[in-house]
Amino acid sequence: MTDTAASAQVPLVNYLVLGDRPHLVANQCTNCGARFFDRRNACASCSGTSFEKVDIATEGEVRSFTIVTLAAPGVPVPFVAAVIDCGGTSVRANIINTPPDPDHVKLGMRVRLATYSLGTDDQGTEAIGFGFEPA
Amino acid sequence: MAENVYILGITMTKFGKHPDKDTVDLGAEAALGALRDGGVTMHDMGILAAGNLMNASSGFGQQLQKQIGQTGIPVYNVANACATGATALRTVIMAVKSGEVDMGLAVGVEKLAGAGLLGGGGRAKSDAKVWEPSGRFGAVTPTDGRIGTDAMPGTFAQVGMEYGHKYGEVSFETFAKISEKNHAHSTLNPLAAYSKRFTLEEIMNDMMIAYPNTRPMCSANCDGAAAAVVVSESKLRTLSLEQQRRAIKVSASVLTTDPYEEACQILPNVNTLTRNAAKIAYEQAGVGPDDLDLVELHDCFATAELVHYDNLMLCPEGGAVDFFESGAPWRDGSTPVNVSGGLQSKGHPISATGIANIWEICHHLRGEAGDRQIEGAKVGLAHVIGLGSACGVHILEKSAV
Ligand SMILES: [Zn+2]
Repeated sequence: MTDTAASAQVPLVNYLVLGDRPHLVANQCTNCGARFFDRRNACASCSGTSFEKVDIATEGEVRSFTIVTLAAPGVPVPFVAAVIDCGGTSVRANIINTPPDPDHVKLGMRVRLATYSLGTDDQGTEAIGFGFEPA
Repeated sequence: MAENVYILGITMTKFGKHPDKDTVDLGAEAALGALRDGGVTMHDMGILAAGNLMNASSGFGQQLQKQIGQTGIPVYNVANACATGATALRTVIMAVKSGEVDMGLAVGVEKLAGAGLLGGGGRAKSDAKVWEPSGRFGAVTPTDGRIGTDAMPGTFAQVGMEYGHKYGEVSFETFAKISEKNHAHSTLNPLAAYSKRFTLEEIMNDMMIAYPNTRPMCSANCDGAAAAVVVSESKLRTLSLEQQRRAIKVSASVLTTDPYEEACQILPNVNTLTRNAAKIAYEQAGVGPDDLDLVELHDCFATAELVHYDNLMLCPEGGAVDFFESGAPWRDGSTPVNVSGGLQSKGHPISATGIANIWEICHHLRGEAGDRQIEGAKVGLAHVIGLGSACGVHILEKSAV
């Protein structure tokens, strides 16, 4: 049991799919195509109630960003918060694996999904987070 | 035909630190001030709408009545983020417009001096040693800072940066210059929380909060209250000539929320609902952006002010930077914006803001704004936005009497 527990991983959020090719997955409204990352009661666009899972492109373009240097207690700074356009679906994520300054992070920059460890809990489960890094 | 409505009396307290006054004290000061300004009393009011976000479930309106007049009228305690004050006012306007009452009072108050960063953090960070998915995203730990930012400065920074991506990059310096303008304007406002002029260098070299917003480019947390008495036109015509002369016509009163569009649940879209509110307001009032003698818009951050030039159609689409660089929004420009000093300098006691900006406009339209009077002002627009989102736009006109 300890062996399997030691290798167990859990994603930071349930719309991050781990494995050989980590990617994000959205709930897509089968009626209008609107995409959402959270658990849905209905569609915010058409009020439809039928959804299907769709994979989101793992590469995209930085549409907006900020470099946060003051945050709530417990939130490590600095970090780069951004909106990534992944093939027409907007994704909220941090820009990682590059210095957090305006010389290294640019609007329109090409980025790709990357994962990292958030640490291991008492049961040996490792949480995996995601961000986007320069492509 | 629905009744025309007027602001009969309106006031704001000094914004800043009021350690000796509690929420009800500040609210009472503003409410009594507005009643006095309108030459009426609580006994003339048919409705009270009250906003106080920090104690939104405390029945603030009834607490206020206990201090200034328990006349048995209906109280609507409202909460709508930073649009709370505008929502209280709009609630009273709807009641008067419908003909249910001929007069009503709207009050907004907040005690925020010393409050830190608003928004963000999420649930308390625990030392739980088991990753347990919870919430709508099945998150095993708080996501603020790991998946973007929940805090206001970074959210509105991205709003400004997104504008730059869409229409051509906006420099840090341009955003800082917007803040320079508002701090300069505030030096003429004795009720502003801060009235110190900053140089561009001081603004740019101050502490960075969320690039490109430095500390002076963020709205100032402070204490304050504002209140307004709304009256129907038919009732106003029975009042004194002096009351009629000082009354300000509410030509448009609009509240909107953010309609669904791609990305709006990723980064709040503060643009479309503002543009929608402005369109409806211009139509209701029968005026256009060129007719405005002054505008008070929701500059919660310097990055927000820029996009609202465009959203309120003060400039052609995509032209906000050119509009600003032309000098138009300075107090001696063609469309003075935030001559009060705006939220960055006058301060932002959340629930008071949506009435205080109306007060600023009324003050000029009445010709009572002293040193900072915009000469000959006849039409003004007040705009607020609460993230989540709610947008209030009011257009006000000088009384024809
Ligand atoms: Zn749909």
